[in-house]
Amino acid sequence: MSDVHGSAQVQARRSAQMDVRQVYRLMAKARALEERMIRMTRSNDGYFWIGGPGEEAFNVPLGLLIKRGQGPAFDYLHHHYRSSAILVAMGLPLIDAIRQMAQRATDPNSGGRNFVNHFAKREWNVVPGASTIETQYSIAPGTALAQARHGGNGITIVNGGDAGSSEGDFATCLNWSSRPGRELPMLILIMNNNWGISTPFESVHGDRIIARRAEAFGIRWGTVNGNDPVASWRKLVEVMAYVRKERKPYCLEAYVSRLHGHSSSSGAGRVQEPDCLEMFGRDLVEREILTAAEIESIQAEYEREAMDALLQARQEPEPDGDTIYDHTFAGGTPGWPPLHKPFV
Amino acid sequence: MATLAQAIRLALHVGETRLGVTDVFGEDVGPPLGGVFTCTQGLATAWNTPLDERGIVGTAFGLALAGERPVAEIQFCDYIYNTIDLLKLAGNCCWSSMGQFPVPMVLMSPVGSGIHGSIYHSHSFDAIATHIPGWKVVLPSTPLDTYGLMIAAIKDPNPVMFLYPKALIRHQGTEKIPGEPDDPKVLSRMIDAPVGSSREHWRPSWPDLPDFEIPIGSAKCCRPGEHLTVLTYGRTVPLCEQAAQKLFEQEGISAEVIDLRTLFPYDGEMILASTRKTGRLLVVNEDTEVTNFGEHLIRVLTEHCFYHLQAPPRLLAGANTPGVGLSWNLERVSVPQLDAIHAAMREVAMTEA
Ligand SMILES: Cc1ncc(C[n+]2csc(CCOP(=O)(O)OP(=O)(O)O)c2C)c(N)n1
Repeated sequence: MSDVHGSAQVQARRSAQMDVRQVYRLMAKARALEERMIRMTRSNDGYFWIGGPGEEAFNVPLGLLIKRGQGPAFDYLHHHYRSSAILVAMGLPLIDAIRQMAQRATDPNSGGRNFVNHFAKREWNVVPGASTIETQYSIAPGTALAQARHGGNGITIVNGGDAGSSEGDFATCLNWSSRPGRELPMLILIMNNNWGISTPFESVHGDRIIARRAEAFGIRWGTVNGNDPVASWRKLVEVMAYVRKERKPYCLEAYVSRLHGHSSSSGAGRVQEPDCLEMFGRDLVEREILTAAEIESIQAEYEREAMDALLQARQEPEPDGDTIYDHTFAGGTPGWPPLHKPFV
Repeated sequence: MATLAQAIRLALHVGETRLGVTDVFGEDVGPPLGGVFTCTQGLATAWNTPLDERGIVGTAFGLALAGERPVAEIQFCDYIYNTIDLLKLAGNCCWSSMGQFPVPMVLMSPVGSGIHGSIYHSHSFDAIATHIPGWKVVLPSTPLDTYGLMIAAIKDPNPVMFLYPKALIRHQGTEKIPGEPDDPKVLSRMIDAPVGSSREHWRPSWPDLPDFEIPIGSAKCCRPGEHLTVLTYGRTVPLCEQAAQKLFEQEGISAEVIDLRTLFPYDGEMILASTRKTGRLLVVNEDTEVTNFGEHLIRVLTEHCFYHLQAPPRLLAGANTPGVGLSWNLERVSVPQLDAIHAAMREVAMTEA
């Protein structure tokens, strides 16, 4: 499965032609994954959920346009926790997210250590996701610096929310990516859903357009309706080409929805906000690109795939308590001080 | 003999020419200054960053994620505090990704008192550094150890916090760094930038430096002894040695002084053997005394040497004040000085079993 996606992903990027059916399918797939994982918090298959329903229309095009691979010749992704659709479009098998949600030892991201949607995948330059808001914006200049020196057309992509842009890390990112003569090939994204948990953006900010802050640093910037996959695709093709070629940063703010509230802490119930998947589906039916029946069957197919993934993950082992120290250090755990025995 | 600052420079030169270091960076680290303590003068890969510690730590972290071996500096450890969540992330990255993303970065920073640095140039960072799992932490006190440990830190596939005592930065060592010229004046002419004049055209001429390193995790017995064990590191190492000398000359008490050199992972075997041998333990450092790294050492050694102990182990550390005051009258009594160390050693040695 992942190889099929992998080659589709490569093809999409190379041609820069949007295959609307493919984008729709991947959006539906990512949505089915998240909806299954939300249900997992209720079926005792997982604890905490946080994720990205509402960001698919932007994130699927982004995932398809990413130059996927390992090392500075390829794109690096520094992601926040609403990025599942990026990974799905890159070719992530659904079960690899489900395994993390279900804290399985087989979770390839973190071995059952981290929250769901905190991806880590070395072969794809997906650096470990973290819960600390905005820290990825301070780290991303490092991979971009390696790429600037390496040459080629690999870029660094960093995303995060609107509220997080209040952290100093966002200013760090703008500053470090735009040092005169030493600009960095970075796509700096703001996924603006207008919320920071319960706090509306405008209640704590005097500025209205976050990306405009980039202007002060001489960084090109723009905004896009992130609920519109066609507009997002076009904008991403344009700005990623700019960053790849010019080796300079671009700051893009995408307006998106947050369809299940902040996280499972607030219940993760569905809220009334524009739904990019529904809107795009309707649009494709109206344009006679897909039929209503096809849409239904696509959704059913991915719901089944997500459910099958869960059934499979349930059979897999949980991490063993004896492994808590594993990988603390590359090259092995030091012999001293004596390790505290795991409590039994 | 090289100074500690020169030793750092020599090691970083080896790093950038032979060990794959592509970036040595921080505030004022590049030309013309080469670091506020000149530790990075003349290096080919040294550059000046924006005045932004989070950017410094974050960028080093990102470079390491991309497989490079950066060495970054926080100008004074007093200014590292706004990076602690990034330090935690660098420390948990390998672990949280099940080994996929090791973080081979070195973060160096001068620590401690001794230069009349007042409230914001006298901090210690050992308690907090050792409280961030996933980091190795070194704190050498001599130029040779500084040199050898920096090389080991660069080679290490993990994040290494390289702390160095600012009070000793200009001290010349008593041991030669392999490859350094016999005459310190010659070394100075080779690698010290001319003072005052323009440095635009100045280039260092580096001595040939053979392979050498001091493994992370090995302590050094600076002075063997029988009656008590003194564990210390950083600025207080030479003070402990002097105090031990005086104690021996005046009262025949022989103290074993151990320079820990690496705070994590520390040399358990050496300190355990010494404490079992002497049965008396004094830990000396200058960090504030509450939740002090010495408390950890005392806890572990008490657990492992309880039946060998002949006196209560003791910690001599900095006063638990919000800062070290500028006036010498204040600094003198805030962090351990020679007399206090001598008195503490004597007391531990004299306590009735
Ligand atoms: C540094 C930090 N502070 C606080 C939190 C707790 N927290 C988690 S998510 C969040 C809101 C983030 O809002 P935003 O950046 O807009 O992203 P969104 O969740 O809306 O996508 C907060 C305050 C955190 N994880 N990290």
